[in-house]
Amino acid sequence: MFGYYLDLALHSLTRNKVLGALMVLAIAVGIGACMTTLTVLHVLSGDPLPGKSGKLYYPQIDPQDARGMMPGTLAPEQVTLIDGMNLLRAKRADRQALMAGGAVPIQPGSSSLDPFYVEARYTSADFFAMFDTPFLYGRGWTGADDEAHARDVVITRQLNDKVFDGADSTGRSLRLGGITFRVVGVLDSWRPNPHFYDLTTGSYNYYEQAFLPLQTALELHFAKNGSNDCWGNGTGGVEGNAYPSATCVWLQFWVELDSAAKAAAYRQFLVHNSEEQKALGRFQRAPNVQLRNLMQWLDYNRVVPGDVRLQAWLAFGFLLVCLVNTVGLMLAKFLRRSGELSVRRALGASRRALFAQLLTESGVIGIAGGAGGLLLSLFGLWMVRHRASDYASLAHLDPAMLLVTFALAIGASLLAGILPAWRACHVAPALQLKSH
Amino acid sequence: MEIRPILASLRRHRIPAALIVLEIALACAVLCNAVFMIGQRMADIHWPNAIDEQGISVITVNGTDPALAASDIPRNLAALRGIAGVTAAAAATSMPLDQNPALTGFTTTPDGKTTVNTSVYFLGSGGEQALGLHLLQGRFFNADEYADSGLKNFQSTSHVLLVTQSDAQRLWPGQGALGKTLYANGESWTVVGVVGDVLAQDPKFSGPGGRYSSVFYPSHPDEMMGDYVLRNAPQDRDRVVREAVQALGRLEPGAVVEGKTYAQMRTDYFADTSSMVWMLVLVCVVMLAVTAFGIVGLTSFWVGQRRRQIGVRRAVGATRGHILQYFQTENFLLSSMGVAVGMVLAFGINLYLMSHYATSRMPWYYLPCGAIALWLIGQLAVLGPALRAAAVPPVVATRSV
Repeated sequence: MFGYYLDLALHSLTRNKVLGALMVLAIAVGIGACMTTLTVLHVLSGDPLPGKSGKLYYPQIDPQDARGMMPGTLAPEQVTLIDGMNLLRAKRADRQALMAGGAVPIQPGSSSLDPFYVEARYTSADFFAMFDTPFLYGRGWTGADDEAHARDVVITRQLNDKVFDGADSTGRSLRLGGITFRVVGVLDSWRPNPHFYDLTTGSYNYYEQAFLPLQTALELHFAKNGSNDCWGNGTGGVEGNAYPSATCVWLQFWVELDSAAKAAAYRQFLVHNSEEQKALGRFQRAPNVQLRNLMQWLDYNRVVPGDVRLQAWLAFGFLLVCLVNTVGLMLAKFLRRSGELSVRRALGASRRALFAQLLTESGVIGIAGGAGGLLLSLFGLWMVRHRASDYASLAHLDPAMLLVTFALAIGASLLAGILPAWRACHVAPALQLKSH
Repeated sequence: MEIRPILASLRRHRIPAALIVLEIALACAVLCNAVFMIGQRMADIHWPNAIDEQGISVITVNGTDPALAASDIPRNLAALRGIAGVTAAAAATSMPLDQNPALTGFTTTPDGKTTVNTSVYFLGSGGEQALGLHLLQGRFFNADEYADSGLKNFQSTSHVLLVTQSDAQRLWPGQGALGKTLYANGESWTVVGVVGDVLAQDPKFSGPGGRYSSVFYPSHPDEMMGDYVLRNAPQDRDRVVREAVQALGRLEPGAVVEGKTYAQMRTDYFADTSSMVWMLVLVCVVMLAVTAFGIVGLTSFWVGQRRRQIGVRRAVGATRGHILQYFQTENFLLSSMGVAVGMVLAFGINLYLMSHYATSRMPWYYLPCGAIALWLIGQLAVLGPALRAAAVPPVVATRSV
């Protein structure tokens, strides 16, 4: 029966080409606009570390002075060097890493390559295990290397290809800022989006190519990137002018906690730590502690640009206009065929059968509209990729969104078909037959 | 034109009539809000900026030896001043719209509070000339202030600064700003001059309060100064950028040197905004087209259904004009109902966006403008089917029943 309905639907579509094309086009542009914006939203609000993100937490403590304090003040979004080192050395979490962004000049040994700058991350040993970074060769450095200020560096596959022609470079030396480092590991492609562990260097499409121990980088005065937030007198800078002072927050601290109980215990530890620091006179405010997990942290920072959400709303409004338009056109189309439908009724087809036939027809329009919408959203995403936003290059359709496209198109057109089909199959057959 | 028969007929075709009303209402609501967003973004793109935007070029140098900054910067500036067409050159830490914000919260009392982030610029000697700052009150920095000031821990060691007109009014409303003191992080500075409003380093990040909140400090050559600002005639700027990049490339062999005209910097900063504007325009146009085609489709169907009725009317004396008018009036009534609902809906959407996104209130005149646009679209869309209806010959009435 369904095959017959399908046949009828195709026949009817081709009979009135203009009306059919208008309906398919209306669904297609609505779906195209919707899927373009939804895909961008989907890509940007995705989980950068699926399966792991629930265990990663970003502790916040409040070391600011009492000046300008207001109740309910938010804790700073980064930590000072002193607090960061204290928390790191306390080792109260399953894993912990302190980090800051930077840039280092790479001076390749071969004369064919000029020196160039790469983005770098200065961090501590647990970084790699905590964020499940994939290693192509070698491994990360150890906690002992951190304390020893080891001249170790982990580079990305991209940098390895450029400097070492893709060979296993572990154990080989690489000059960074005039200092010889030993390559201990090479990361395979690892590009978490958003760049969750440090949002101050840009939320999307920011990748470091060299990872080195934080304490080594500080000792060598390597340049830092990212933001710093200072209070108080801002005096007593760390290492002269190279790094912000002790009353500045400029590092990120992440911990891995395997269970909710551990997270609660860690929060307690942070509160105790703040109280202790206050008793020592370093902190002046009452403990102001936050412990957000990765997704909460992204949410709190509103990493998905407001414009992207706004566009998604706009596209849904647009789809609604297109749908109402399709309902109208379908109504016109189905009612115009009252005569034909009455004949089928008179020959014994039940209302249910007519309804099924008309809905099949809407479904066919939906599939055609979905295919058109898919092409339009591919075009839309291509346009998004040519925009200047930092997230532009991430806008690609994935299989899940492909399914959503067709589900949305068919669902929307069936929804649009219900009212016209219901109206059309309630036409009194006798009256229609008489008038012909 | 008698509208009672039209209403009676519409009452008999409630569903198609309601669909047209709904379609126009939705289109009106989305259109008003989309056009409002376009207007807001266009206003963003045209934010004024009181520097010589057309005559500035910026050369950024990264990776120089910090220890040599004091001698390298004057040497580089001398070379840049030697380029034909360059009328002024100076070093600076950052530029308006360079998307690399250096922000400080300033207060007018030592213990004050502020939520405004002010963009901080350190200018080398001659910086006011190179940028083309507009002095409104007071004076620019003198040679001693340039020579004796620098940076320590990202803070100025000088005791003077310039503020913008907006900040002068915000911080000391109704009073002169000259001679007043600004405080931040335990230090204080005296305002020696007020300049025209210069945009922040990243106004979208700083928000409306920080858009024109900028201060300028004097500084001797310092390692933090990575920007060389060149002033030249607008027609020379591309050549000047090219020659300046070459000159600095020769002088700083290990460094990364990039040059841009300021006009290009501004275009780059707003590139995302202008692509959003184009997207919104595209959505509006396509949506209006879809709405128009929907009206054409439904009205055509209506005309087809009423061919006999029209024939009868023609046979009993109605002119073509009457038939045409009938459909136009019918469409006008439906559009009016649609835009009435649409304007309420548009207002509601705006309220929702205001509470959830950084959107401001839509000025009232967007609503009647949207309404007029949809009235016009409706009339235009109905014209074709109505003309076809008017062309129905009276003889149709006599065809067999």
